[in-house]
Amino acid sequence: MLQSIPTDWVWGLIGGMLIGLGGAVYLLGNGRIMGASGIIGGLVDGSGRTAWKERAVFLAGVFLLPILLTPIYREVNTHATTNIAVLIAAGICVGIGTRLANGCTSGHGVCGISRLSLRGIVSTVFYIMAGGLTVVLFRHILGVI
Amino acid sequence: MQRLILAFLAGGLFGAGLFISGMTDTTKVQGWLDVFGNWDPTLAFVMGGAIIPMAVAWLFTKGRQPLVGGEFPAPADPKLGRNLVVGSVLFGAGWGLAGLCPGPAVASLSYGGWPHWVFFAAMLAGMAIAPAVRTSLDTAVPAE
Repeated sequence: MLQSIPTDWVWGLIGGMLIGLGGAVYLLGNGRIMGASGIIGGLVDGSGRTAWKERAVFLAGVFLLPILLTPIYREVNTHATTNIAVLIAAGICVGIGTRLANGCTSGHGVCGISRLSLRGIVSTVFYIMAGGLTVVLFRHILGVI
Repeated sequence: MQRLILAFLAGGLFGAGLFISGMTDTTKVQGWLDVFGNWDPTLAFVMGGAIIPMAVAWLFTKGRQPLVGGEFPAPADPKLGRNLVVGSVLFGAGWGLAGLCPGPAVASLSYGGWPHWVFFAAMLAGMAIAPAVRTSLDTAVPAE
């Protein structure tokens, strides 16, 4: 029975728990919500100027830990598209969208849903539906991605 | 100093979790969204796994203070609003297109290669113009 569970799911669950643990440390330690778009966006548009060190150090952790893990662990091919137009369009949509919505997968998804925030739940429903429609349109109909 | 150490620890756990869970692999994210293709449920396990410790953490905030002092975040805002919906749809579209969102975008910079840097730069540009987009949106079509 246990052997029939795909290893990707198990790693997903373990990795997910580490993500949640990170969010728990940020919340219980520093009293902050671990939302990646808010932490980055506050540095970009200057709204998070007062806590810039905390944000920068957090992002340094996000960036550095995978470097320590890459030599010992799992395939590192991210299979990202090499279509520059797609990458730029996607990045701009994610940048504007997460700031307009005040959150992304970590802020609205993980931190919002876990406290049953209506905004978090509604946002997650909309971005998953929009993502699904986008993949259907651009993969199965237009064949771009 | 304690605040910075905790921030680094939180970021490190987040980055390690994103890496181990496979969420920086764009095919796994797009696979989750691709309900009419070869559907991949891994993301649901990641989300579920992350929500469990986080829900416990929220319960722990009741009647307490953060370790470094100060206040916990205010209770969740019940107001939804137009910008939440428009922003989430826009974000979802970009997420589906590239298979990347802000957290994994940072976590994968060291090993993802140049496409990740292009996406990251475009995302920062989007975040930089977001306040102006919000203002013009609110002027053109007032939310209430």
